[in-house]
Amino acid sequence: MVLAAAGLLLFLLPLAGLVARAPWDQVGPALIAPETATALGLSLFCSLSATAVALVLGIPLALLLARTSGTLRAVLRALTTLPMVLPPVVGGVALLLAFGRRGLVGAPLYGAFGIQIPFTTAAAVIAETFVAMPFLVIAVEAGLRALDPRYEEAARALGATGWRVFARVTLPLLRPAIFSGAVLCWARALGEFGATITFAGDLPGRTQTIPLAVYVALETRPEGAIALSLILLAVSLAILIGMRDRWLGWL
Amino acid sequence: MSLDATIRLKRDEFALDVQLKVSAGETVAVLGPNGAGKTTLLRALAGLVPINGRVELNGQVLDDSAAGRHVPTERRRVGIVFQDHVLFPHMTVLDNVAFGLRHDSSRIAREWLDRAGLGDRASAMPRELSGGQAQRVALIRTLATEPHLLLLDEPLSALDVTIRAEVRRELSRQLSGFHGVRILVTHDPLEAIALADRLVVLEHGKVVQSGSPAEVTARPRSRFVADLAGVNLLRGQGRGDHIELASGTALAAPEAGDGDVFAVIHPRAVALYTSRPEGTPRNVWRGRAEDLDLQGERVRVRLSGAVPLVAEVTPSAVRELHLDAGAEVWVAVKATEVSVYPA
Repeated sequence: MVLAAAGLLLFLLPLAGLVARAPWDQVGPALIAPETATALGLSLFCSLSATAVALVLGIPLALLLARTSGTLRAVLRALTTLPMVLPPVVGGVALLLAFGRRGLVGAPLYGAFGIQIPFTTAAAVIAETFVAMPFLVIAVEAGLRALDPRYEEAARALGATGWRVFARVTLPLLRPAIFSGAVLCWARALGEFGATITFAGDLPGRTQTIPLAVYVALETRPEGAIALSLILLAVSLAILIGMRDRWLGWL
Repeated sequence: MSLDATIRLKRDEFALDVQLKVSAGETVAVLGPNGAGKTTLLRALAGLVPINGRVELNGQVLDDSAAGRHVPTERRRVGIVFQDHVLFPHMTVLDNVAFGLRHDSSRIAREWLDRAGLGDRASAMPRELSGGQAQRVALIRTLATEPHLLLLDEPLSALDVTIRAEVRRELSRQLSGFHGVRILVTHDPLEAIALADRLVVLEHGKVVQSGSPAEVTARPRSRFVADLAGVNLLRGQGRGDHIELASGTALAAPEAGDGDVFAVIHPRAVALYTSRPEGTPRNVWRGRAEDLDLQGERVRVRLSGAVPLVAEVTPSAVRELHLDAGAEVWVAVKATEVSVYPA
């Protein structure tokens, strides 16, 4: 009991501190400050783009994972879940070494087309996708494994070819899993800090998302940091409340 | 139209080796205990599992492992009805039935539903249907695609006993209007006898017996069929006027023949006595009533002893004999009641 209460307090106290010490009279102005709007807009743009990319790439990846077995599956699974356990800063360094100007892929890209990825909005999106996509892949894969294979067999026996089976049967049946996976992925992308600041830098208006703005503001104008933190807290709470049924179902 | 299939496949410990010829308009029921390979056989015919062998439907080769030929499920004119309907839960009844249709699908689907008296359920979602309705819709969804081969995988076993009869009638009606090849997998003998022209009994992946329901039940060749027909099945060596059972006991029977034989004794031909009976019966031995089971007007008594048998007696005989689980009795079977045929 005591330990459980201590555990709860560990979660509760910081939140209480955030709310209690919020300079409420300054929250309003901080909220409408142009930097805040820029950071918020950028955060939404980057996290939604990352979620979109994760949907396009993650669903096929989940299909691949669900349809392989044995060693190959173990390897694929380890690869896709690695970003979940990797410290995001390390992820950022890795991304830099791959896509940086002298990186594995970045160097030829720069040499051939003059394209430079790091320290752009695209880099922020890539960093967020890297960190958040595993959440989507895992949720969709779990959904696929829970899917009764006979739905697809029935569809095939009714004459539906591969693509039609996928679009008309598999995908609609996976909708709940895709939805909860996408929300988890989006929430993770929204809060992304380490990989973004390492790979995309902290450029206001281009790569400075809310978490980065909070970190920077903490040094110069703490009330702004608190205001921004409250925004993220509100968004997270809204997601939790909106998803409570699915969330519990998924976990 | 006809089906000619030779199917061999191996999976882990299980091996399936079946030859099956079915002509159009014929309903074949594949019967067998759980794990006999019935569902695997259906899945192989549907092209859902790879096989060794050859499947030919109406002259079209669907599978020929020797020639490396395999027609995928979606290009076979094969319809499957699963045990528990497997209707697409996110589509209406109408969309489910229309799913397999190419042209004018809504109109044709509606006609099928109307003909089956399910027109008023067209816009319902599958979860709003009763179990019986859902299975009828599933049957229509498959029939609407006009398959040449119809595979029914225990279509009634997921239903309540109360509605099973109703759906069986509907199934029987729909089957008689269907002109392709029909294969029904079931472990329910009543379902098989009610719907099928021919039984194929599958055990451990092999066909152990096939023929009309009457032929199969008259001459069981396995414990499964004997149980299904409700008779005692024994096996031994024919010795002219008696059979030597594996236990060493001699069972008198006219025309016992010679070699490996089966002997069938109907439970009603097994007589029970409290003391050694005098007179004609040549097969008399001691037994012990292991358990009693009231079935309708008769009591089935499972006996252990020199020859383990099931006897069927009247409730009044049970009282007169003071029969109870554990009671010692004399068991008698007239030699003429033992029917013998080669194994």
